[in-house]
Amino acid sequence: MSFKIKKRTQLIDQHDKNFMYGGKFGGNFIPETLKKPIDDLTKLFTKLRNDKLFLRERDHYFVNYIGAPTPLIKLENLTDYLAGAQVYAKVVSEANGGAHKIYNATVHCLIAKKAGKKFIVGDTGAGYAGKMLSMAAKKFGLKCKIFMGAKDIKRQRPNVEAIKKNGAEIVPVTTGSQTLVDAVSECMRYWVSNCDTTHMCVGSTVGPNIFIKICAWSTAQISRELMQQLKEEFGKIPKKLKLINCVGGGSSAAGFWNEFMDTNAEFIGVEAGGPKNSKLHAAPLTNGSKIGILHGAAQYVIQDKEGQIGSTESISAGLDYPGISPLHCFLKDTKRARYTSASDEEALEAYRLVSNLENISPSLEPSHAFAEAIKIAPKLKSSDVIVVNSCGDSIKDKDIIKQRLGTYIR
Amino acid sequence: MKSKIALAFDKCRKAKRAALITYTVAGDNNKNNSLKILNIISKHADILELGFPHNTPIADGGQIQESSHRALKNGIKLKDVFQIVKKFKKNNPAKPIILMGYYNLIYQEGENKFLKSCNISGVDGLIIVDLPYPENKKFAEKCKKKSINFIQLLSPTTSKKRMKKIIKDSHDMIYYISMLSTTGGKLKVSPKKILQNYNFIKRINPKKNLVIGFGITDKTISSLKSANGLVVGSMLCKTITNSLKMGQNPVIKLGKVVYNLKRKLI
Ligand SMILES: Cc1ncc(COP(=O)(O)O)c(C=O)c1O
Repeated sequence: MSFKIKKRTQLIDQHDKNFMYGGKFGGNFIPETLKKPIDDLTKLFTKLRNDKLFLRERDHYFVNYIGAPTPLIKLENLTDYLAGAQVYAKVVSEANGGAHKIYNATVHCLIAKKAGKKFIVGDTGAGYAGKMLSMAAKKFGLKCKIFMGAKDIKRQRPNVEAIKKNGAEIVPVTTGSQTLVDAVSECMRYWVSNCDTTHMCVGSTVGPNIFIKICAWSTAQISRELMQQLKEEFGKIPKKLKLINCVGGGSSAAGFWNEFMDTNAEFIGVEAGGPKNSKLHAAPLTNGSKIGILHGAAQYVIQDKEGQIGSTESISAGLDYPGISPLHCFLKDTKRARYTSASDEEALEAYRLVSNLENISPSLEPSHAFAEAIKIAPKLKSSDVIVVNSCGDSIKDKDIIKQRLGTYIR
Repeated sequence: MKSKIALAFDKCRKAKRAALITYTVAGDNNKNNSLKILNIISKHADILELGFPHNTPIADGGQIQESSHRALKNGIKLKDVFQIVKKFKKNNPAKPIILMGYYNLIYQEGENKFLKSCNISGVDGLIIVDLPYPENKKFAEKCKKKSINFIQLLSPTTSKKRMKKIIKDSHDMIYYISMLSTTGGKLKVSPKKILQNYNFIKRINPKKNLVIGFGITDKTISSLKSANGLVVGSMLCKTITNSLKMGQNPVIKLGKVVYNLKRKLI
């Protein structure tokens, strides 16, 4: 069976009445207790996204709090160095807090306020989702708890410090692999027990359908800005345009591509390929993982034959997740987007090259996207335009980079 | 023909007591012991729930997670779960067994193949934690056709309108989740309040066997014994964990704990 993308329909609204994208991705595989809170949230969000006042409020905070628009810059030196396509970066890491996670966090806090909730909880891998949620929670007067894998707490120290400074409680998750997948599970379990008083924010475009929707709706701001910026730069949308984005859960990519769905722009998603010589990875789309259910949604997911969720490995905590958004499964199956992976080593090399040549210094997540740009740009012409979403700053990965490359440059 | 689950409730009704329903994880603490545990607790329990473990459970508390983890570490596979049921049923054909777990394992196996294995091994019912109504409608019908009870769950967050629909589509047993919690949480709602909700649901359809689960231990079980059935899970998982820690035999320990639970219902 093949499914078509509906024109003039938001990516998040491409699902059927069972909340499935392409008939097989997404849905709501949730315990009975969460049915009502999720229904309530779905109704509230449906109302809010059509409410002019709410949109004005959102836009107000996007501009005055987050700092929209984030810059689009041409990477002149990298373009010269690669001697092919023109390479641009959308520097989303300039947003308040340093990554795209701020959009979702801000919108969730606004929604929590509307729902009359005083507590908010969220998961985090790289620590950005947690940092942003704790920031926004503080701003909007919500009490905040962040679930984070014990392994990630160790490897993403700067963001952990930030979360604490914002007054949020960090709950270390010591089950399973002690990374993002376990943090999301633990956060959901917490919500099952506290859904009457507490709002939950899922840190990416994963989980039950409503969380996918809220998240991608929030990050869509990135492509709204980009659309305008490209028109200013080129007079129109360039004919041969490639939008390259790393994908962990897929929130950054979904937001980067959303407004370009009905254009000719080519979408390339880059997953975490893991260490060069390891069998482990975090790239379910690239490596042909089967459909399974993770965190309440059907998706391509790394798992064994029986359906036990598999181990992953990546140098980048933000991409180190066995599943992937149902939105991206849908984009893959409809061939609207192409997915590939970059290894730890390729990402490190891309970080080094970009940081050396340019005034930006991408974190290890977008460095995966830069690795792909570096791979393909030399084979293209100067009429080709590549835009990479530089959705995080390397400062949070300072320790890892120093350890792996010997030096840290920024 | 009445299901074994319905018969078990009939028997308890005659004896004027709540059915005791236990939950243990298949393969905890290993394949042999988990069969031995079923054998020993079946002397006192009326219905046995057996978890087929998943490594990413979104609704289980620490105790059951630990049991599942132990079972998986010992290499338990779905085929072993069915083996355990089959071996148990050979000597206890009348005792109902309900498998409980997450949908992904069924999805990977294929619904039909999974149900066939249920039939062959003698599984009487299924509880699928993350397949709520109405998403479960088709699968529940499939189960019914194969004479397997699909057990619907109700929770304190379930609206009356929704309850009515779920109850209408339910089979011989309905499971009421006592409070907003993962399994193994402390009972944070008073038994009185829980029974109020319970009676409210019973009035929608008094004929349905309604059991209460979550937060039930030897401390709380007596206060809820007017229900049709009571499920004890985390306390049993914790008993296994503790007896392993102290170098005791989990099988004997569990036999005693379940015997005590039963005494509180008589
Ligand atoms: C900078 C950065 N980029 C990308 C990601 C991956 O998440 P997503 O695919 O949802 O954008 C993360 C996640 O933590 C991140 O911190």
